[in-house]
Amino acid sequence: MKPEELKYAKTHEWVHVDSAEGGNGSMATVGISAFAVEALTDLVFLELPEIGKQVAAGDSLGEVESVKAVSDIYSPVTGEVVQVNEELPEALQWLGEDPYGRGWIAKIRLGDASALENLMDHTAYSKLCADEES
Amino acid sequence: MRNKHATQLIYELSQNGRKAVALPQVDVPERPVEELIPERFLAKKTLGLPQVAEPEIVRHYANLSTLNMSVDTHFYPLGSCTMKYNPKRNERLASLRGIVDVHPYQSERSLQGLLQIFFELQEMLGEISGLDAVSLQPAAGAHGELTALMVAAAYFRDLGEVRTTVLTPDSAHGTNPASARMCGFDTVTVKSTPAGFVDMEDLKSKLDDSVAVFMITNPNTLGLFERNVAEIADQVHARGGLIYLDGANMNAILGVTRPGDFGADMMHFNPHKTFSGPHGGGGPGAGPIAVTSKLGAFLPVPRVRREEAEGECSYCLDWDQPQSIGRVRSFFGNSGVLVRAYCYLRTHGPDGLREVSENAVLNANYLLSRVKHFLPVPQGDRCMHEFVASAAQCKNERGVSAMDLVKRLLDYGFHAPTVYFPLTVKEAVMIEPTETESKEMLDQFAETLFRVLEEPDDLLHEAPHTTQISRPDEVTAARKPMLRWNPSTEE
Repeated sequence: MKPEELKYAKTHEWVHVDSAEGGNGSMATVGISAFAVEALTDLVFLELPEIGKQVAAGDSLGEVESVKAVSDIYSPVTGEVVQVNEELPEALQWLGEDPYGRGWIAKIRLGDASALENLMDHTAYSKLCADEES
Repeated sequence: MRNKHATQLIYELSQNGRKAVALPQVDVPERPVEELIPERFLAKKTLGLPQVAEPEIVRHYANLSTLNMSVDTHFYPLGSCTMKYNPKRNERLASLRGIVDVHPYQSERSLQGLLQIFFELQEMLGEISGLDAVSLQPAAGAHGELTALMVAAAYFRDLGEVRTTVLTPDSAHGTNPASARMCGFDTVTVKSTPAGFVDMEDLKSKLDDSVAVFMITNPNTLGLFERNVAEIADQVHARGGLIYLDGANMNAILGVTRPGDFGADMMHFNPHKTFSGPHGGGGPGAGPIAVTSKLGAFLPVPRVRREEAEGECSYCLDWDQPQSIGRVRSFFGNSGVLVRAYCYLRTHGPDGLREVSENAVLNANYLLSRVKHFLPVPQGDRCMHEFVASAAQCKNERGVSAMDLVKRLLDYGFHAPTVYFPLTVKEAVMIEPTETESKEMLDQFAETLFRVLEEPDDLLHEAPHTTQISRPDEVTAARKPMLRWNPSTEE
């Protein structure tokens, strides 16, 4: 997945709507951005959500722990968790090497696609990251 | 020159048949062990204990001890931990026979001295906190937090109120939300303003009738006194909630202001920080708590009480508290560090304690005034007992992180400051000099930090260069910890 084509939450999660129409019932893939992985530094633990869990945008989707801190991963979308990247907790290096590909975290069936409108495009997100840097 | 024995495991020094004991000849008939102990209780394999001679054991541990950095050997500006000097006088007094050669099952009658110390310590902590009732039982600061939250939960149960939420600022010690979750509360984070204070608007939006407790650290972890603390307390109280004060930073305000006076309902002390008990080396820590009178009935039992009869006073353990949450620690808590805290308080007295805090704040401000010129301090020009500098600029411009800088300080004989906490400051370097350091030491530290910032990037990335182990692999250590030695661990 190309970072330019994704949508982003302020809390540094990305989402890709997998089907073209993008309405309720479509699948979306969720992960955390390269900026977030860089800021967290060395990762030691990832807790994935349970399959079947209903989440609203902003709900906790899991936890990621680095040598610095434990951080929540917030769901950028509303819907049902239908698949998780089960290999990822044992291969945390993927989050650093390929955060928008092999480092995906969960696939969510959208319950309320309108929440997508609150997300940022890549340009707006890049600006947010630049502001946080300074 | 240090030799390698210092970092080898004692198991690696083992040689078959070597030993450090000489047992006398057996003076009873020898019999096979199988005749004396039923076979099912006998170990199938040998224990694999290290076989080492006495000089090797002594050298091993003596060498290991020389690798340690401690307040007795180095300046230790570990922010949030108050690594002040531990006066040797307290060690001597805490080793007196009446204190160490006693047993908790002795009669109260024969423990009067120790009980008197505990009673007076309860009274002194009550006075310093501005709160009414004290329990010495909790075994550490975080245990004090948990105990106080259990007291709060019991209080709300007694009132018949259902309150499920604990609020913590985003700059809080991680133990605050952790204690709240352990006690069954949900936690909600309250934001800080860019200046480093609790964001009053954010607090208002999160404050409702489900809030049981707002846990606040004051001075906060940025080393700033929360100017709105009284208003925060008023607002939380108006909704029926309680204020918990995390007492980690009490070293800044002893005898100057009291948590009870600025609205706290409960708090803990860290005797190993504020009252100069050793961290670890002299036995475990303690986390006594103080609470307002309306919460006193729920404190753990037993508490120490003074009784007066026919002009004689005596001390006893009071178990008769029907609303108490019960015991949270065996016997009297961790008595050793409590006795040291008592000695410290008695040595300084009320005026001396105020001077402790004044000097802790003065030292921190002096160091701040020197450090801010080369390592920015985002939250201003003044601090309480500690301040938080940021290496963010250094990281962005040169790729040199807070971790790189402080690791290099080890090479110059300074313990590293706390890094990456609080989380609200990027590349945080949290410096707390304490009152027990001289101006010369503060100058040396500031000059060294300045020099380190001028050093080449690669030298800093690879620091420390003079320690036996430079940078352990923290990720593997956290993910695949090897917690016990066995022969297969050996190459």
